[in-house]
Amino acid sequence: MKARVTVTLKNGVLDPQGKAIEGALKSLGVDGIANVRQGKVFDIELETADKGQAEASLRAACEKLLANTVIENYRVEIA
Amino acid sequence: MKSAVIVFPGSNREGDVVRALRLAGSDVQKVWHAETELPKGTDLVVLPGGFSYGDYLRCGAIAGRATVMDAVRTHAARGGLVLGICNGFQILCESGLLPGILMRNANLKFICHRQFLRVERNDTAFTKAYAQGQAIDVCVAHGEGNYTADEDTLRRLEGEGLVAFRYSDSHGHVTPDANRNGSMNSIAGIYSTQLNVLGMMPHPENLVEDLVGGTDGRGLFESLVSAKAA
Repeated sequence: MKARVTVTLKNGVLDPQGKAIEGALKSLGVDGIANVRQGKVFDIELETADKGQAEASLRAACEKLLANTVIENYRVEIA
Repeated sequence: MKSAVIVFPGSNREGDVVRALRLAGSDVQKVWHAETELPKGTDLVVLPGGFSYGDYLRCGAIAGRATVMDAVRTHAARGGLVLGICNGFQILCESGLLPGILMRNANLKFICHRQFLRVERNDTAFTKAYAQGQAIDVCVAHGEGNYTADEDTLRRLEGEGLVAFRYSDSHGHVTPDANRNGSMNSIAGIYSTQLNVLGMMPHPENLVEDLVGGTDGRGLFESLVSAKAA
């Protein structure tokens, strides 16, 4: 079973890297960019075929390590 | 006074900390991150600077969950002293021993320079050798030192007097110019509620000998050694 975990900064948390990327896109002449926030994507293969079990493992992974919930949100998608 | 300096893959300032502690009169042992226990009789645990696990995922995130950190948490819960410097501060935040997080510097640059800090209080085990409000001359070297916490946490830190050091000028004035990484309230270091855990971004261990241009960092290590003797 495959899954994708997306970790993004919470609203209101300053993202200097996103701002720098936004500035770079603007200076490259890419039109229509209003705002950029940078996040992380983890593609994870699971041993189990049970969806509920997979979701529990992925939540534990996010809470224990993948996201720092002081500043980040996470989203789990199971393929 | 017995100190244990924890070494993670990618730590690189443990040698300087060991040297600073020995100069102050402490016994020092290095402890590998995979250990499950601290050496018997450990009074002080130090998490040194560096780039543990290559700063992968987030600075300090993987080290903060290393095996030895359970022993460090137990030590801290018993009232044992813990000092985290630079990457060590990031590890303390990631491990839950201190609140908040160190974000990328506001100007996105790795900063590396001499830096004055104002000593906010001198009644802790870490700062007895300094005067309250004294400006000490140490240095900083980091890319992620921008202290960030939610409003409630910040209010609690300020209200309970848990800010240890702030970035200042040479007179101890906390100015926007002195706060080069963008930290909230110019915070350079914080204590735990019980005042036995200190995390700080600047490096006091860099300035403990005249040979390298300053000795203002010495007071912190001497405070710790005399706190134990007292």
